[in-house]
Amino acid sequence: MSPEPRLVEVRRNVLKQNDVVARALRHRFHAAGVFVVSLVSSPGSGKTAFLEKTLTALRPRYRVAALVGDLATENDAARLARSQAPVKQIITGTLCHLEAAMVENAVDEEGWDLGQLDFLFIENVGNLVCPSSYDLGEDLRVVLLSVTEGEDKPLKYPTIFNSADVAVITKSDLAEAVEFDSGAMRRNIQAVRPGMRVFQLSAKTGAGVEGYLGFLAERLAESRTMAAV
Amino acid sequence: MGIEAMHELSIAMSIVEMAQEEALQRGVQVNAVHLKLGALSGVVKEALLSSYEMACDDTPLRGSRLVIEDVPVVIFCPHCKVQRPLSSIQLFCCAECGTPTSEIVHGKELEVVALEIQ
Repeated sequence: MSPEPRLVEVRRNVLKQNDVVARALRHRFHAAGVFVVSLVSSPGSGKTAFLEKTLTALRPRYRVAALVGDLATENDAARLARSQAPVKQIITGTLCHLEAAMVENAVDEEGWDLGQLDFLFIENVGNLVCPSSYDLGEDLRVVLLSVTEGEDKPLKYPTIFNSADVAVITKSDLAEAVEFDSGAMRRNIQAVRPGMRVFQLSAKTGAGVEGYLGFLAERLAESRTMAAV
Repeated sequence: MGIEAMHELSIAMSIVEMAQEEALQRGVQVNAVHLKLGALSGVVKEALLSSYEMACDDTPLRGSRLVIEDVPVVIFCPHCKVQRPLSSIQLFCCAECGTPTSEIVHGKELEVVALEIQ
């Protein structure tokens, strides 16, 4: 005779393993004084072009490097290499998001001296769903949207907006052609994430990029001041 | 769908792994796993349920159930100074006074809370 089923209490966070690695990474990044920015967006919203622009513009003044997640190809790393910053591709295979352990492995494999970097960028796989649950140890998570995607996108993906710190609206050079309603997009962002900082820019023309770069520089300085206290 | 299902599958596999560990430690058989799932966890319930079945295949948990308790989003209203459930996941403001807030108290849970064992 089998015993009666009974309920035993266990309390275990399913993503604990990732969270533990992410926490250790964050600690390591802070100790090295590198400010880490991750990018999430839908496929095709212009993450790679935006990152290329960011790396190229920052490189004369800062030491920068990037990790790029992609399902199958190394095309993004090849494009980003044009910025002459060190770039490492992480091929995720069938995995639709990056996890903290993949970031840790990539950093170790490249043997980058984190203490010699000011900024490390992590481009996630193009996906607005899966990356939201995974902490990568970053200081700042940026969610990208392009003007061609429709102003209601924030309402469709409130979870990713709530896991991000800053929103960047890209491809502003196309705004007029697609009759982009900036006010509506900004209202929708504020509806799902009140107080979220928003930048609107064009990686192609460079319009608006300075404001975003200035913000990154401020955040880097802030984090170093905090570390020094 | 496509690649988005993968995310739930890897989460289902972690759940099965955790339940197996607990079962092994206690020397018991697991009939069901009880999970708290927040509305902002980034995990789709239906996808997780079907992934769970797949993840259980070829493990001692085969045939076990995944019992999901949905956790709605609860925010803290800085004006009323109380916690309140959110009325819509598309509008982060206090349901009483309308003050916008992004202080999330509940809704990100992805937690195994109990095992039904035999």
